[in-house]
Amino acid sequence: MDRKVRVLVAKPGLDGHDRGAKVIARALRDAGYEVIYTGIRQTPEMIAEAALQEDVDVVGLSILSGAHMALVPRVIEELRRLGMEDVVVLVGGIIPDEDVPALLDMGVAGVFGPGTLTSEIVETIENALGRELA
Amino acid sequence: MTPSTVPELVDALLAGNRRALARVISHIENNTDLARPLLAALYPRAGRAHIIGVTGSPGTGKSTLVNVLAGVYRQRDLTVGVIAIDPTSPFSGGALLGDRVRMRDLAGDPGVFIRSMATRGSLGGLAQATADVIMVLDAAGFDRIIIETVGVGQSEVEIASAAYTTVVVEAPGLGDEVQAIKAGVLEIADIFAVNKADREGVDRTVMALKMMLSLGAPEKFQVMHHGRMLPVEIPQARTESHAWTPPIIKTIAVSGEGAVELADAIENHRLYLEQSGGRVLRDRLRAATELRMILRDYLLEKLLARTPEDVLKQTIDAVARREIDPYTAVQQLVDQVRNC
Ligand SMILES: Nc1nc2c(ncn2[C@@H]2O[C@H](COP(=O)(O)OP(=O)(O)OP(=O)(O)O)[C@@H](O)[C@H]2O)c(=O)[nH]1
Ligand SMILES: [Mg+2]
Repeated sequence: MDRKVRVLVAKPGLDGHDRGAKVIARALRDAGYEVIYTGIRQTPEMIAEAALQEDVDVVGLSILSGAHMALVPRVIEELRRLGMEDVVVLVGGIIPDEDVPALLDMGVAGVFGPGTLTSEIVETIENALGRELA
Repeated sequence: MTPSTVPELVDALLAGNRRALARVISHIENNTDLARPLLAALYPRAGRAHIIGVTGSPGTGKSTLVNVLAGVYRQRDLTVGVIAIDPTSPFSGGALLGDRVRMRDLAGDPGVFIRSMATRGSLGGLAQATADVIMVLDAAGFDRIIIETVGVGQSEVEIASAAYTTVVVEAPGLGDEVQAIKAGVLEIADIFAVNKADREGVDRTVMALKMMLSLGAPEKFQVMHHGRMLPVEIPQARTESHAWTPPIIKTIAVSGEGAVELADAIENHRLYLEQSGGRVLRDRLRAATELRMILRDYLLEKLLARTPEDVLKQTIDAVARREIDPYTAVQQLVDQVRNC
């Protein structure tokens, strides 16, 4: 057995800056994960389908555009539609504090602002996957 | 409900369920308990696809080229499976798999399935895992399977041996052309794509390739393409159709220019292999290599399982102290298992 945690890092929405997403992708690689990076301007359908093909354990969404309250539920809905309801969904980017509870309610496992330590993200992933396994 | 048992997974995969296909690939990659029964059930279903390797130095445009090549195949109503392989970091064991970024035109097309793979453990292991994942996509019914790998090192040669047609991608501007074209590509290339043909220096790259080909051509037979000679009986290909000179195709992957010509060259090579008996020959070589590898692992496992640990340890110590040579030691280990 050579089990590796696989993480999809995607940027939904229309803004074209992916530096933050790339930094996270590299940090997660350095934490020992297999990170599939899909690039900018991904639709929720594209993200869910990529998550399915890559059979990932985690989907990380990087959203700077402010459209998170519209995009995140659509990604989660698409994942469910494809039978990927067990996937751990994380959101990173510029997310106002008051939106965090609603995102967590939708099933997001963690919300991370700029400057989050990789170790925090790793801990969230490990906990979420541990919960799933139990 | 996501299928999870072997028969469920196999039935769903054969019925075109993409989630099942993705799960099966994971079982193979992770070498779970289901891997072997899944492979056994799917093996008879495979053997129809044409398998294409795409390799070359980092950044030459392989992924972008796969994107447009797959697009051409889709226009011809052929389905395409893609395996994009990137190295595992030796430091963290993690990997950054970024090839999908360049393949976004293929997103949402049910006739395409893309899977990113990290090299993970050992070399031989990767070659076998890749071959197994190819077989799974083949059994799932994809007409063309494209494997992208970086570089032309030993691992790429190993992986190329799983392909029927290997496309080596070069690009201008990598410095001294003859130097930049790595040694070893002649042995694996069935087709050269000189990508980034919109850039200055394409013609020099093409010239350099032509020179290399003219130097290396006379000895080149299809059976030797993957540099694998095995001490097994193999069928002879018809001698008069042995010679295949790798065509050099100029491409501009970002605009799609040359993609049709590249697809045509690949299809020509496919027909050439079929007509010359090269495909049958390659299947036979592949089967021989695979059998030998699996047999070796199996026998080793069995022998070690029947050898008491202290006996093995004593033998190792004795060889290390030069009290016994390793050949005699092996003979003794085998005899000891045989006698009990
Ligand atoms: N000018 C030009 N740029 C190209 C062409 N094809 C690809 N590129 C660019 O070259 C860069 C690398 O392209 P990729 O397709 O990622 O190359 P790759 O060989 O798959 O890279 P690795 O997988 O990292 O080894 C990208 O910025 C592409 O847009 C081309 O025909 N012309
Ligand atoms: Mg690539």
